[in-house]
Amino acid sequence: MVTTTSSRTPLSSPMETPADTPASRTFKVSSVPSEDDRADTLIEIKDFDFYYGTKQALFDINLKLDDKRVTAFIGPSGCGKSTLLRCLNRMNDLIDGTRITRGGVKVRGVDIYGRDVDSIELRKRVGMVFQKSNPFPKSIYENIVYGLRIQGVKSKARLDEVVEKSLRGAALWDEVKDRLHESGLSLSGGQQQRLCIARTIAVEPEVILMDEPCSALDPIATAKVEELIHELKKQFTIIIVTHSMQQAARCSDKTAFFYMGKLIEYADTRTIFMNPANAQTEAYVSGRFG
Amino acid sequence: MSTPAHPFASRPTAGRKFENATFWFFRVATYIILLAGLAVFGDIILKGSSTVFGAFKSTEHFPYVTNTFLSEAPETLYVFEDGGVKREMGDTEYRAYRESRIASALAAGEPAPQFKSESYVYSAGGIWPCIVGTVLLVVGSMAIALTLGVASAIFLSEYAKDGAFVRFVRLAILNLAGVPSIVFGLFGFGMFVIFFDWNVSLLAGWFTLAFMVLPVVITASEEALKAVPQGFREGSLALGATKWQTIRSNVLPYALPGILTSSILGIARVAGETAPIMFTAAYVVRDKLPWDVEKVSDFFFQGVMALPYHIYVVSSKIPQNEYTSRVQYGTAFVFLGIVALIALASILLRNNLRGRYKW
Repeated sequence: MVTTTSSRTPLSSPMETPADTPASRTFKVSSVPSEDDRADTLIEIKDFDFYYGTKQALFDINLKLDDKRVTAFIGPSGCGKSTLLRCLNRMNDLIDGTRITRGGVKVRGVDIYGRDVDSIELRKRVGMVFQKSNPFPKSIYENIVYGLRIQGVKSKARLDEVVEKSLRGAALWDEVKDRLHESGLSLSGGQQQRLCIARTIAVEPEVILMDEPCSALDPIATAKVEELIHELKKQFTIIIVTHSMQQAARCSDKTAFFYMGKLIEYADTRTIFMNPANAQTEAYVSGRFG
Repeated sequence: MSTPAHPFASRPTAGRKFENATFWFFRVATYIILLAGLAVFGDIILKGSSTVFGAFKSTEHFPYVTNTFLSEAPETLYVFEDGGVKREMGDTEYRAYRESRIASALAAGEPAPQFKSESYVYSAGGIWPCIVGTVLLVVGSMAIALTLGVASAIFLSEYAKDGAFVRFVRLAILNLAGVPSIVFGLFGFGMFVIFFDWNVSLLAGWFTLAFMVLPVVITASEEALKAVPQGFREGSLALGATKWQTIRSNVLPYALPGILTSSILGIARVAGETAPIMFTAAYVVRDKLPWDVEKVSDFFFQGVMALPYHIYVVSSKIPQNEYTSRVQYGTAFVFLGIVALIALASILLRNNLRGRYKW
């Protein structure tokens, strides 16, 4: 659990070590790299420019995201982190007037904006959890099997199995096992968000994109989702957009800091929070702007 | 000079009086509307119910009771005196009665009785063919309007990208809503009756009425689709559903109650309009019932009687007298009842759906 800092004293100079800043003192960031630090690159974003109509939202993004790791995107509101996240499973295709003018995104070496790529197939492999939990107004059971049903899975035994597995995976099974056929909307906010995660892992994607999954949750529900993220990264690659720097520090392996549509710094989370190379990053993580 | 007892004591100021007057204006306006509504319904129910409830007759076989006004076709009413008794009879009944009286008189060796009768057209019998015709017109035209309207609403709100074309289509729909119903009647006459050579037929009436309610159905369906949270669509698409899968299982079911609400309004309008069917589907009188056809295809190419048109005919096309007003109000009463029944059924269906899909 994170204790909130009561006051934020301005730093005397940007050269002061971030470890001494009030904000970073509450982070539990290990300073020793662990053994399994090496990871393969799963997603590669190269020279990426993105527009909403005539307004450029992303400028020349270059980023390599690791397989089976948690990557956090942080930055102030409107910095393009959610936009980039939504580009990774082509959710931005749904918005009129969006276009990519340069560069691209490769998942496992395949350009996902290529002409022969079916965005439906892509989204089966790259799932997404939204800021506002959006369980469908169906039963908990139907919420979980939704993805399988549209793929044509009919076997009751298989669906039951997936429901239990997904709910266990989302640490929700014990809370809802006796009321699987009640509406998903009868759950609390945190449970709804975990239901959405369960629904996503039911289709067994490789990547789970999380767009500020905890911004509408209380600290206890947030802690549960964060524990869940730790569990999930054994199986899935997770990319999480967050406004909470504590959250990025707690649950991510690598962190990318965005500002004004540009990628400012991308490094190991501990580097970003303990020893950022860029003065803007340092100012942001220490709470001096944003 | 009196000093107020406490700081909050009320004082009659001009502002207060104005407030009071405004309140009473709103209140009285509401009561006037209520009165007008009560007057309309009261008039029709009062005058019409006696026609309908006075037409119950017992029969010899099941179900032992029948209502001639609801189950028979319109007939000419004969009013005559026989043996000093004033009698009113419908056409068939009158002929049979006269035959039997003449026959019995001849058998008894008496001179055949003379009947001095006055006839009033359409004032006897019932309105069964009109009820059937109206129900057929409503069902057919709403089926066409809902199919076309919901499809187009889905296209406009889910598929089409906002641009000049979509704006033009919306403008066209909006304009269509403002077209007077008689113009639709004329269009249907020129298009379906003459050009397609469908004659005065159910099919021509269906399409004319459907085109008339399409703007209502499309606009309301679009609103209903827009009211479904975007999160449902995104959540579904993010699980790898196709666009149509998403719409079918995660958008349409939740928009259905709203679409039904719009169709309730549409039903009332389709059932009530006289002008569009006047040239396209309605007959003044027709002996055969719609299912009395030789081939199935003939069913679609026959004209029908309809309640609103029947009211129009008996109110303006025949000489007015005490006997015709019974039919007028009786028909209006049945008409109101049928529209209310259809609307009630749709409302029940909608509420049922609403309860099932809540978010």
